[in-house]
Amino acid sequence: MVYSYFPGCTLKNKAKDLDAYGRRSAEALGFTLEEIPEWQCCGGVYPMNKDEIAVRLSSVRALAYAKDHDQELITMCSACHNVIKQVNNDMAHDEYISEHANNYMKSEGVEYHGETKVVHYLEVLRDEIGYDKVKEAVRNPLKGKKIGAYYGCLLLRPSDVMAMDNAENPSIIEDLIKAMGADPIVYAQRNECCGGYLTLEDKAIPEKRVKTILQNAKEQGAEMVITACPLCYYNLKKHAEGTGVEVKYFTEVLADALGVKEEN
Amino acid sequence: MASNYDVTKEEIEEIAGVNPLRCMRCGRCSAACPSFDNMKYHPHQFVAMVENGEIDALMESESSIYKCMSCMACIERCPRQVQPARLIEAVRLAVVRKQGQNHLTPDDIPALLDPDLPQQALVSAYRKFTK
Repeated sequence: MVYSYFPGCTLKNKAKDLDAYGRRSAEALGFTLEEIPEWQCCGGVYPMNKDEIAVRLSSVRALAYAKDHDQELITMCSACHNVIKQVNNDMAHDEYISEHANNYMKSEGVEYHGETKVVHYLEVLRDEIGYDKVKEAVRNPLKGKKIGAYYGCLLLRPSDVMAMDNAENPSIIEDLIKAMGADPIVYAQRNECCGGYLTLEDKAIPEKRVKTILQNAKEQGAEMVITACPLCYYNLKKHAEGTGVEVKYFTEVLADALGVKEEN
Repeated sequence: MASNYDVTKEEIEEIAGVNPLRCMRCGRCSAACPSFDNMKYHPHQFVAMVENGEIDALMESESSIYKCMSCMACIERCPRQVQPARLIEAVRLAVVRKQGQNHLTPDDIPALLDPDLPQQALVSAYRKFTK
């Protein structure tokens, strides 16, 4: 299976690991990430108001590209996934947004109404490859490792649009942790916000959030938490010192389990 | 109600796509809000104040509009689909869309950088705080 891949700004810079380990793991599992040429930054946050049209166009361009190539659009970054999937939903169901965005796109010869299917890398592992096949492909089972999933906000909410998993009691990452041979640790704070972009102005806010999150994970027995979001990764890692909990991208742990972490 | 800013509750409700009259004051949004302690007006109050047309007070409350994490917990957990975060976004936009009212400017950025800061933090904050 070949996917139109939208890496996003951060996976080309500070989160190169999230990207590289994800690409290597995909090849090992038999699916291909074909990077969308000249993709543009998604903006990082979904524009929640109806009259914000121009900021939706980078998503529309990527979605229209995938449609033209008859491919599903895949992302690894939680933020890109959230923005592009919500914009896709607007293009399919919100007449005002769809009409105005398409007026902009006319000059580029594009007409788009939400036809592309947007999938997160985790959904491909669960729904296309299958966790049983992932399990078979594991070369270095992470036996006895206690790993907590950190979902944050963007993978799951709003659940009526993201539709990836139960937003309050998810299992998509826990099931991957099991497939990799480790023990998933469930803790209450796994889908509560890390403080997000407020980190730019006021480090005290994410610090307080992260202490609560990691303390909760630790109390439930986690040695490590894994995430798909570069901003969660940054906030968690920044304030993880002294908690005894490691923070990693899910793709790094996956590549490790599949035995493809080191480049050939 | 006289306004210092010429922004009406009807405009806020329209761009947010939200009807605050749906709110039944259960307070679940504020209970879910991870930024509750940082805000002067908490999400359930914010919704009521929009309904009452107290837009000026909301526009003047920096903590209420700039400490929202856009985590969508209030949107997800509202039993009446009121979507408080969309109202907060609408009021924030009403402020930053005014000439010279950006909350973050390019000149502020260099002092806020650190070597590990992901691009995502910059673009997200810029989207939220600037027009």
